[in-house]
Amino acid sequence: MSIRGKAFIAGIYEHPRREIPDRTLTQIHAEVALGAVADAGLTLSDVDGYFCDSTVPGMGGISMVDYLGLQCSYLDNTETGGSSYLGHVGHAATAIAAGKCSVALVTLAGKPRSSRGGPRGGGGGGGGVDAPPETSFEGLWGLAGAPYNYALAAQRHMYEFGTTSEQLAEIKVAASIHAQYNPHALMPNVVTVEEVLASPMISDPLHRLDCCVITDGGGAVVVVSPEVAHSLDRQTVKILGHGEAQKHAMNGRVDLTYSGAVWSGPRAFEEAGVTQADIDYASIYDSFTITVLEQIEDLGFCEKGQGGRFVLDGALVAPHGKLPFNTDGGGLCNNHPANRGGMTKVLEAVRQVRGEAHPAVQVPDCNIVLAHGTGGALSTRMGSATLILGREDA
Amino acid sequence: MTANPLPVPAPSPNFDTQEFWDAAAQGKFLLKRCDSCGVIIWYPRFVCPDCHSTDTSWFEGSGKGTIYTYTIVRKGQGPYKDAAPFVVAYVELEEGPRILTNIVECDPESVSIGQAVEVVFQDAGDGAALYRFRPTET
Repeated sequence: MSIRGKAFIAGIYEHPRREIPDRTLTQIHAEVALGAVADAGLTLSDVDGYFCDSTVPGMGGISMVDYLGLQCSYLDNTETGGSSYLGHVGHAATAIAAGKCSVALVTLAGKPRSSRGGPRGGGGGGGGVDAPPETSFEGLWGLAGAPYNYALAAQRHMYEFGTTSEQLAEIKVAASIHAQYNPHALMPNVVTVEEVLASPMISDPLHRLDCCVITDGGGAVVVVSPEVAHSLDRQTVKILGHGEAQKHAMNGRVDLTYSGAVWSGPRAFEEAGVTQADIDYASIYDSFTITVLEQIEDLGFCEKGQGGRFVLDGALVAPHGKLPFNTDGGGLCNNHPANRGGMTKVLEAVRQVRGEAHPAVQVPDCNIVLAHGTGGALSTRMGSATLILGREDA
Repeated sequence: MTANPLPVPAPSPNFDTQEFWDAAAQGKFLLKRCDSCGVIIWYPRFVCPDCHSTDTSWFEGSGKGTIYTYTIVRKGQGPYKDAAPFVVAYVELEEGPRILTNIVECDPESVSIGQAVEVVFQDAGDGAALYRFRPTET
């Protein structure tokens, strides 16, 4: 397979000005985006793939996606300096050829001329008017850490669905039962619901033990072609499906009771050709207990609002629970390197498929697994990505 | 009242938001409407995130709403280091958008989802003001 003949450039736009002191970087990205889609005879509503480098303010492309009101199934923030956009066109063609998106937008913006004396580099912005566009509408009220944002979500989930702190605590308990078998776990002790509820309140209704651990560390993954896989003397894990999505403030229609997993999950299941009933093990992003609960719902393992009931009675506990999860102890007890738990979600899912999880928590006949990651602020400006993996013969 | 007065961080207006923050300093809560599809745009920007029209105009909002969700922060950070406990909330404005803010001028433990609130402006220095919300007197 190649990209040859699989994708076409339909629209272009070059900003007409050469000194733009009266626009933010975000506005310039938006202006060139509007120009290019208009040149193609399309609108931004048609865009389902967005490609940008580090000249966009904010975390990756997510603030731009929010600003422009995009709904993308594919997002790429590859940064290779001045060559980025050539790479982006190639990546866009690859994504289109694979059916991951159909209208890809690539933007560049910078103000090095009007910000001379400021920070060096292509972007030429960074602070002041070029802070991420949401900064002055989200950054001034003391919401200065992830727990607070997730607490807002938990409070609303409790209000709408009757979810309780005890139910959230069950998630921590399950993770801790797994962590006791992981010699590397930061927090290897089994905890009880009562201990979670007795831990200090951080941001109502989340307690300290509703939060993940803070750890140094890292992880890495190698992905190879089928030809290389067959040549290796190592059990490999087949990538069956992938889906991603961004969820943002949706022009003031903030809804903290669901995450971007409602879109990334179905995309991954569809590509993999499997259903929730086929999943033998799930790595579910667990920055906080509420993160797990909402995503179990969003991924379709139970109905929206039923997560609190779903997690009772050891449902998440390996090897025999309804949905064995995070058998390494997860971010809640084991490891959350760089405050980014997505890598370890992939790693434990691979161990389960290989049969290399700890024997006490290895799911028998583990054939198909799911790994799901969350980034950013739950349901206000976040990335979601879902992978479905399986044995070589899956 | 909260245990400690909250800091009043100054906003950083930009080319999308200068008029909003100028009005806030005058005690007015502005909203932006898309003149093409009619939707209210939050946060304010030059392009409508719904229909992508760039025809937009400002109008004065009611400054009233209800609490959509909230949390009591038990340990603040940065400028809020010594401010806890304090309330961070999303307020659903009468006009529709759900916006992040603080709930002030009340006991944090008394705050609840659905509670009616109204905007107040606090002096952020140098002629700037920050909007917060307080329970509406009934």
